[in-house]
Amino acid sequence: MIATVFNLPRLRLNGLIGGAIAGILIFLALFGPALAPYDPLALDLPARLTGPSAAHWLGADEFGRDVLSRLMYGARTSAWIAFSTDLFALFAGVIIGVAAGYLRGWVDRILMMFNDALLAFPGLLLALGIMAVFGASRGGIIIALGIAYTPVVVRVVRGTVMSVREREFVEASRVMGNSEWFTMARHVLPNCIAPLLVLATTMFGWIVLAESALSFLGLGVPPPAPSWGNMLSTARPYVNQAPFLIVYPGLCISITLLGVNMLGDALRDWLDPRMRT
Amino acid sequence: MSERETAPTLEISGLKVTVGAKGEAIVDNLDLVVEGGEIVAVVGESGSGKTMAARAILDLLPSPLTVASGRIRLAGEDLVKMAPARLRRIRGAHIGMVFQEPMVSLNPSMTIGRQMAEGLRLHTKLPAAEIRDRILAMLERIRIPDPQRCLSAYPHEFSGGMRQRIMLASVMLLKPDLLIADEPTTALDTLVQREVLDLMVELARENGTAVLLISHDLGMVSHYARRVVVMQAGKAVETGLSGDVLRNPRNAYTRRLVDALPRRGAARSPGDAFGGALVELEDIVIDYPGRQRMFRRDPPKRAVDGVSLQVRRGETLALVGASGSGKTTLGRSLVGLLAPTAGRIVFHAEEGGETRPRDKIGGGRDTQIIFQDPYSSLDPRQRVFDIVAEPLRHARDMNRGQRAARVREVLAEVGLGEDFAARLPHQLSGGQRQRVAIARAIVRRPAFVVADEPVSALDMTVQKQILALFRDLQSRYGFACLFVSHDLGAVEQVADRVAVMQDGRIVETGERDEVFDRPKHPYTRALLDAAMLLDRRFAAGGSESAAERHTA
Repeated sequence: MIATVFNLPRLRLNGLIGGAIAGILIFLALFGPALAPYDPLALDLPARLTGPSAAHWLGADEFGRDVLSRLMYGARTSAWIAFSTDLFALFAGVIIGVAAGYLRGWVDRILMMFNDALLAFPGLLLALGIMAVFGASRGGIIIALGIAYTPVVVRVVRGTVMSVREREFVEASRVMGNSEWFTMARHVLPNCIAPLLVLATTMFGWIVLAESALSFLGLGVPPPAPSWGNMLSTARPYVNQAPFLIVYPGLCISITLLGVNMLGDALRDWLDPRMRT
Repeated sequence: MSERETAPTLEISGLKVTVGAKGEAIVDNLDLVVEGGEIVAVVGESGSGKTMAARAILDLLPSPLTVASGRIRLAGEDLVKMAPARLRRIRGAHIGMVFQEPMVSLNPSMTIGRQMAEGLRLHTKLPAAEIRDRILAMLERIRIPDPQRCLSAYPHEFSGGMRQRIMLASVMLLKPDLLIADEPTTALDTLVQREVLDLMVELARENGTAVLLISHDLGMVSHYARRVVVMQAGKAVETGLSGDVLRNPRNAYTRRLVDALPRRGAARSPGDAFGGALVELEDIVIDYPGRQRMFRRDPPKRAVDGVSLQVRRGETLALVGASGSGKTTLGRSLVGLLAPTAGRIVFHAEEGGETRPRDKIGGGRDTQIIFQDPYSSLDPRQRVFDIVAEPLRHARDMNRGQRAARVREVLAEVGLGEDFAARLPHQLSGGQRQRVAIARAIVRRPAFVVADEPVSALDMTVQKQILALFRDLQSRYGFACLFVSHDLGAVEQVADRVAVMQDGRIVETGERDEVFDRPKHPYTRALLDAAMLLDRRFAAGGSESAAERHTA
């Protein structure tokens, strides 16, 4: 009772702000290109590296391309990559993690051997290696980062599943004659949702950053197409002349991460049965 | 100075604990006196405020709770207004506390020796060697085998009873004036419970320590405490000598507590009430595989060692034993949760009006199980209706409407009304949850139910209700039951026959009255002696209790 009273305002605030930020991001991803004042690739050489002005609200980059337009186009690329990669890693991670944690035995041992081997590589290095196979494209990035982050999800899911499956309601389900699959889907998985949501929102942030790191290494979204990540990395040489070039995409990434994390918190509380009446 | 000498060890007057500064009162106008060297018990159900009253003494109230008014005096000195730094010197040195959960009240990452030394290092200026000697002496005193090794051992290497003894020892090492024991043995089984409590009383007497014992178990408490305070909804409703309170309760609530103490129910006449064998166990052996080490596997551990047993149609067979005796393992093998290593389980199923034996037990109509902990046996995300309806998924002969009707019918039978159907488990009390668990077990009208310590986690009054409900349902539907328990009080109320299990073997089987009144095996006798059953004590010379022996 006390928890409900104390948490509700926080829940609402988180949900409100997080929801608003996520809403803006989705809106930009859908309609950004239609609303952008300029073609993100159009060059306006006289305006290159100029700060905010009436013509270019957020300034223009080293080729005189409009920063605002590039950010709005980039939102689609970055949000799409982060979202799909996150889903990819979650989907693969949950299937492997649940199988390992619930079935145990040799299935667990073999899956976890592979998983731990993958975990031993730094995520970015692994992604680089996979990119070498799939090539630098959007699809390639999603698959590479997805595979790189799956082992983390597997670890978290397996641990949670192993603790939930020891609870007596899972045994009760088996005694009723329910199949292993039904028990897993109906009783085990829903009770693993809280840590998964936290992981998913944190991972969203990692992925946006990882994508910019890949871009920085020349393996991300290939220029001249804009993404927040490659805008950040191409702005680096001009950090003294035109610091705003690095500030705007950086701000976009930070605000998005903040919003996604707050939304995740709110979702987790909302999905917690103890918060319901 | 003279006031200090005559003042009682602990004197609580007009204590009021509220949620926030002026919220709901959790403890309301409580008066309590503990004289030096005396054992006083505070008894009440969960939620009666007994634990919070005890915590208020040491200023250990959880966050929104505060002491609104009243005085708590230790030897005449008021603790409520005391500065935190001064209070810290009193905690441990003058007032010790033992908590309920021995599994979590010792720090798992510290050796026993270091944990026990902590108090002495903090409150005395003794040299390290002296501290070590005192700890060794104390460990020897509480009969821990190999005290030298115990110093460098970690808590997980000890059983629950041992841990509680160690906890007790480390508190008593400082020779406090007052020991607060909050349900110190509720998590332990009967035999161990008795040992720990006896030890506590001995240590308290040796050091002249007064004890404030907090418990929901009036029967146990009256055995040790000279005086009892009964609490209900934050108020002390009755105070008196424990023998008097037990024999002539004046307050209606106290009477309910006394009535809830286990008493033997009438025996159902065997033979005509029960049919033939329903489940037959033949020479069951269950091994747990040993742990996989780096290059070898530990040898398997034998949990059940050649058990043959028969459960008759419609009867309640109680399987009794201490923790670790293999009784739960055996119960789980009967519902198919684990397969026996050797032996045969024969189930005489009724199919189309005739019974035929088969080797395989299925779930559903054959057997169901009720678990001990109603907090973990229900899926926190399912509503009560869905929980109870789930076993009916496999009832192919029932349609949706029939299933819903059956669920409602069963919920009514276990005493949960219409409005409970839509609730989630966290909105129910422990007793209500256990009713839901029972409803789930009987919704398919099984022939056999395994109940694994179904009431151990509940208050005495709730235990009584649940056991009565269970017996009632059983006589209505005639399912047989294997009642697994260490609690002889509960067993005495529901069992028709009793099987006593020790170290994986059945050492004695017989009709309930036979086993309780004329136990043959020494282990059965030990269990019965430790159980402090009310009938036996009243029968054996009326009111004699340990407390009265000590004061006499």
